[in-house]
Amino acid sequence: MKQLEEKIFKIIMICSAMIILGVLVYIIATVFYRGLPALTLDMITKLPGGGFYLGKEGGVLNAIVGSIYIIIGSLAISMFISVPLVMYINFYLPAKSVFSSLIRFSLDILFGIPSIVYGAFGFALMIFLGVRASLLGGILTVAMLIMPIMMRSFDEITRLLSRELPDALLSLGATKYEMVKVILRQLMPGLVTAILLAIGRGIGDAATVLFTAGYTDNIPNSLNQPAATLPLSIFFQLGSPVEEVQNRAYASAIILTVIILILSFSARYFSSKFSKNKI
Amino acid sequence: MISTNQFLAKSDHNSFIGMNEPIILKKLVTNQSIRIENLDVYIENQHILKDMNLTIPEKSITCIIGPSGCGKSTFLKTLNRMHDESPEVKISGKVFVDDENIYGPHVNVIDTRKKMGLLAQRPCPLPMSIFENVAYGPRIHGIKKRKAVNQTVIQYLQYVGLWDEVRDRVRTSATRLSIGQQQRLCLARGLAIEPEYILGDEATSALDPLSTKKIEELFVKLKEKYTIILVTHTLRQAKRIADHIIFMYLGKIIEAGPTEEFFNNPKKQLTRDYLSGSFS
Repeated sequence: MKQLEEKIFKIIMICSAMIILGVLVYIIATVFYRGLPALTLDMITKLPGGGFYLGKEGGVLNAIVGSIYIIIGSLAISMFISVPLVMYINFYLPAKSVFSSLIRFSLDILFGIPSIVYGAFGFALMIFLGVRASLLGGILTVAMLIMPIMMRSFDEITRLLSRELPDALLSLGATKYEMVKVILRQLMPGLVTAILLAIGRGIGDAATVLFTAGYTDNIPNSLNQPAATLPLSIFFQLGSPVEEVQNRAYASAIILTVIILILSFSARYFSSKFSKNKI
Repeated sequence: MISTNQFLAKSDHNSFIGMNEPIILKKLVTNQSIRIENLDVYIENQHILKDMNLTIPEKSITCIIGPSGCGKSTFLKTLNRMHDESPEVKISGKVFVDDENIYGPHVNVIDTRKKMGLLAQRPCPLPMSIFENVAYGPRIHGIKKRKAVNQTVIQYLQYVGLWDEVRDRVRTSATRLSIGQQQRLCLARGLAIEPEYILGDEATSALDPLSTKKIEELFVKLKEKYTIILVTHTLRQAKRIADHIIFMYLGKIIEAGPTEEFFNNPKKQLTRDYLSGSFS
């Protein structure tokens, strides 16, 4: 009887692993099968040509650049807010503080809010301020979207840090700020993980940028101009009835994946390089 | 009472008291010592340390022994105000360090901690190179000149006997050292801030016998310049290196005195039971 139990459970586990792997392989295979033939050098070096976003000519350089602008801008903003917040609730507030649990609770709620709601909120805010769809609007809205995940994951990693390091630093007579600076070096890999999760959520999201960043065939020159993004370009291309244009959507998906890979690797590279340097 | 007077007779400067005798205490004040008056510590309404009165003699090694949970580590933390980080800890009473009550209203915590070099139970190197670990303390306390920093680092690495072992890799990460080397590095790091006191919280309990021996030898060497207070679990270690022993039980000082007298001729029944291993 016990052996049967063991066997059944083992089969369930293996099946789950297979399902996940199968889905992954199926997605990648589809994307590459349909996208690779359409993935030409023009795709990544040229602006769209031949009409608005339905065109078969040119490439998606506008969306590539727009996506990179938006993710880098929103990462900068959310890091600027996440790092002080996480340091504050972990090292400045007492361990059992009501305020820090309140913050963690609200982050959990923010994390669960669907991205279209952020998009709508950003759009409402922009109407209120009289700003039209622009790069800045996209950056701010995506920053709102990725901030909770960045904070929450960075916070989880920070909480795992043992009390020994802060205690060692304080007993050397370091001030809290000096202590935090050293702790951040220790936490650098954790921060990078948080950034990667945030990139993953932010760069692929279409709903937040739909109203706030708009869409354009050009590369934005200033924060006030609308910006195209890869998820939206995939969305529009897939909506086209022409099969060639649809295939270009898959090619765009490959580009998006590669961009995420490049960002991940460079984040890891810079973090290891940074942590080797001295203060 | 008798025991107190007996070891008071030893000398006026190297005096040592573990009993509730504040009148005698006042006579014994030296400039460089730790004097504790009516110290009570509560953690979340639990009475951890109960009315401690004590003077710790300068330039010697004082070992605090006692069973687990008797408040040894809590006591050590009151000396460098590490309890400041935990709001659930309430402290009343006075702790005089160099004749200044460190729980007084105008005391700078940083200055107090700078006087105390702490050696923790497990070595905790900072996430930087060996060199930077030792240089960190002097740097945050205002020594910026390269030459001065270099000199300090080399001096203290030599002092703990680590310089010869690491001289060709001082720029590599400190976490690659063995745990015994790390503990000596932490000692050098603590010494580099030029403290007057050294606090050790079971500083050798995570180490192998050889590393333990090295650290113990360092303590004996250090007592010429520093006042050393160690919490230890091993009676044999206390016997080997301590000049004075404080025996604590359930937050109270049960007995205190010079090492030889303490081990050979304990006054209290509780002390005798502890030394014979009836409880631990």
